[in-house]
Amino acid sequence: MNTADNVVEMRSISKAFNGVPVLKDVGFDVRKGEVHALAGGNGAGKSTLMKILQGVYQADTGEILIGGNPAAINSIQDAKSAGIGMVFQEFSLVPSLTVAQNIFLGAEPLGRGGLIDDRAAVRRAKEVFAEMEVDVDAGAEVSRLGTAYWQLTEIAKALAQNAQVLIMDEPTASLARHESEALFELIDRLKQRGISIIYISHRMDEVYRLADRITILRDGKHLLTEPLTDVTPEQIVEGIVGKKVEGQLSYRARNDIAHDSEPLLEVRGLNAGHRVRDVSFALRPGEILGLAGLMGSGRTELARALFGIDKLDSGQVLIRGRKVTLASPQQAINAGIALVPEDRRAQGLVLEHSVQDNLLLPLLQHIQRGPLLDGAKGNELSASLIKRFAVKVAHPHRPVRLLSGGNQQKVVIAKWLGTDPDILILDEPTAGVDIGTKSEILDMIRELAGDGKAIIVISSEYPELLAVSDRVLVLKDGSIIRDIPRSDIADEEYLQLAVQGV
Amino acid sequence: MSKTNTIAPRDTGAPRNVGTILKDLDWRRYVIYIGFVVVFLIFAVLLRDQGFLSPNNLLNIFRQTATITVIAVGMTYVIACAEIDLSVGSVAGLSSVCTAMALSQWGLVPGILAGLAVGLVVGSVNGALVSLLGIPSFLVTLGMLGIAVGVAQWITASAPQPILNDTFNTVFGSGNFGPIPGLVVWSGIFVAIGAVVLNRTKFGRQVLATGGNRNASEFTGINTKRIKFQVLLISGMVASVAGMLYAGRLQSGRFQWGAGDELSAIAAVILGGTSLFGGFGSIIGTLFGALLIGLINNGLILAGLDSSQQQVVRGAIIILAVALARKK
Repeated sequence: MNTADNVVEMRSISKAFNGVPVLKDVGFDVRKGEVHALAGGNGAGKSTLMKILQGVYQADTGEILIGGNPAAINSIQDAKSAGIGMVFQEFSLVPSLTVAQNIFLGAEPLGRGGLIDDRAAVRRAKEVFAEMEVDVDAGAEVSRLGTAYWQLTEIAKALAQNAQVLIMDEPTASLARHESEALFELIDRLKQRGISIIYISHRMDEVYRLADRITILRDGKHLLTEPLTDVTPEQIVEGIVGKKVEGQLSYRARNDIAHDSEPLLEVRGLNAGHRVRDVSFALRPGEILGLAGLMGSGRTELARALFGIDKLDSGQVLIRGRKVTLASPQQAINAGIALVPEDRRAQGLVLEHSVQDNLLLPLLQHIQRGPLLDGAKGNELSASLIKRFAVKVAHPHRPVRLLSGGNQQKVVIAKWLGTDPDILILDEPTAGVDIGTKSEILDMIRELAGDGKAIIVISSEYPELLAVSDRVLVLKDGSIIRDIPRSDIADEEYLQLAVQGV
Repeated sequence: MSKTNTIAPRDTGAPRNVGTILKDLDWRRYVIYIGFVVVFLIFAVLLRDQGFLSPNNLLNIFRQTATITVIAVGMTYVIACAEIDLSVGSVAGLSSVCTAMALSQWGLVPGILAGLAVGLVVGSVNGALVSLLGIPSFLVTLGMLGIAVGVAQWITASAPQPILNDTFNTVFGSGNFGPIPGLVVWSGIFVAIGAVVLNRTKFGRQVLATGGNRNASEFTGINTKRIKFQVLLISGMVASVAGMLYAGRLQSGRFQWGAGDELSAIAAVILGGTSLFGGFGSIIGTLFGALLIGLINNGLILAGLDSSQQQVVRGAIIILAVALARKK
């Protein structure tokens, strides 16, 4: 290997926090114009390594070479001037400013008299977008654009600062399928222009679609760096998880569905807002129902309506044959429904509160003794939930924000299962979760169905939907357009076509 | 970069030993107690000849901070819920006036009820505007600050309303319960109830959760509108009781009673470690926050500083304490 081609080379990087080593002697390099996938479970050290490259943290030992020369990257500013740009997972734009103002934030083009020249900014932003071959209104206020445009703005921002290396962390997490495809094409074009991309993703299909090489980290150590042509997906997953993972992502027929019993949940002619239109379906105990559809097809809105967050305009919901009113989450919970929401950080957890407080929040009435809460009972209940769902926590009294994404998601699921719901709705349950935890969560879903619960899974990832669902409802513009038993779905492509409405 | 804010080191999921847990135990949370002790010791040494340590002076500190403590207990709920209540000082003033007027007109019980009614009405209006109409509490209660003090001044034509009922004066502030000043007992009761409710009841947890992440709380089945309404109602009610304590101690109702107390109460709450952004609250911390402010006031008076100098020193100490207690 010719090291002169390396735009970035990180050599034997080590880093510890409070004496806990997070990176041990890790090497990592990126060649000009390559897409280099960086993989590893939550806590493997990917984000720390990238933060060192961005100048957020400084390595304890090791060196960074930019274009073959040793570089001191001690601040985010240093990293920017070294040509390293970041497309943030949680977008870092100011919503109230325009696209162009965001792109040139802190480096505004000045006109006569030293005042900011917004028109020049728009003009230059347009040039950047033209080079990217994408169509974004540079004068629009960011808050009025969809997430796909936010991301394009982020990329444009990095390119406007002459970034040679772009770090993308789970860039497709909040994108619809066709938007992801547009992003992949953009990445291909950037590559041709000699820009290198460090691509962090848990999604195997994306890695194979885009990346030239992959580096896997495990427990803070470098495990392998290989061209993707030389490794199989199984090897990658095994490398990330540290053990063989068999079949979690493939469908297993189960005999748990009580076909002859009456439906646990029955929805008749439900209308709510613009995105839930005349929806009817029934769900039996033990059944896992997948909801497929594009972004904006009304999947999430249906879940919100069933959980009493959005108002129902008309229609009926029956649980065990009895009509229920779902005007508030409280009523939905009392009726035996639980929702694991789409955005666990914003909707699922009080991030600054402890794991235990989060787990107990929906369960407070169960740990009351008279008017007061029973501390010992609370400890016991939270310990049993942590154990049952194998949540990896250092200490139940530490803030839930410190957990990895996968473990945070387990906390959200665990807090709801503590209420012992009959009907569990999971909206994108494995988004941003590493592959090991993902298969654990999917297993958990199967197990719960085995216990006779009725489950609705919303997911943008077809392999995941196909792995767990017994039946898939396809939504489009708020209405159910297909109701397909799992056995009729031959492969991912079939489902994809169904979602596109073909 | 702060070490308490890094995600990576705890991402490993490895079990941690007691030593590391102790090491990054957040001492900043206890800065109010440390500060209280330090200031107390400094005054005890510097002002020993001025009688700082005399039992009478120490009781005085408690007595003088009692009303602020009571108001600050209610304020802790509001701030922990990520709201603010600027109307508490004027509510206390209006309550003192209404109590005094009803007392002289109709007697003891109507007087007390009139005072409580002030808190009930103002707290409900604040709560309804914030939770139902979604107006920021800062604006609602800022408006209410003016309205309440204006009404109090208007109905009394700016004149003090004397209270001649000895029972009222004795119970609400002037008298002692046994050897302990009544005001101290009152603040003790409020702190005790406030602490237990916030830490040990479902309602308290829901207040903290709503303040920590309203959206997630809503998704967890908490009626966050009701919680927001309730904390503002509590704050109004508690402030009206504080107004009656002013009335009893000063044996009159006057629109100026309580003026500016909202700022002292907010300072006490923040000094006590309650997060201005919601989600965390400590009533015991609030008590010590209020006592620290009282302690500083008392010490500076004994030291012979005039009121302008007192304000400067007090402001500086508050900024210093909050700076030490801040998270990052």
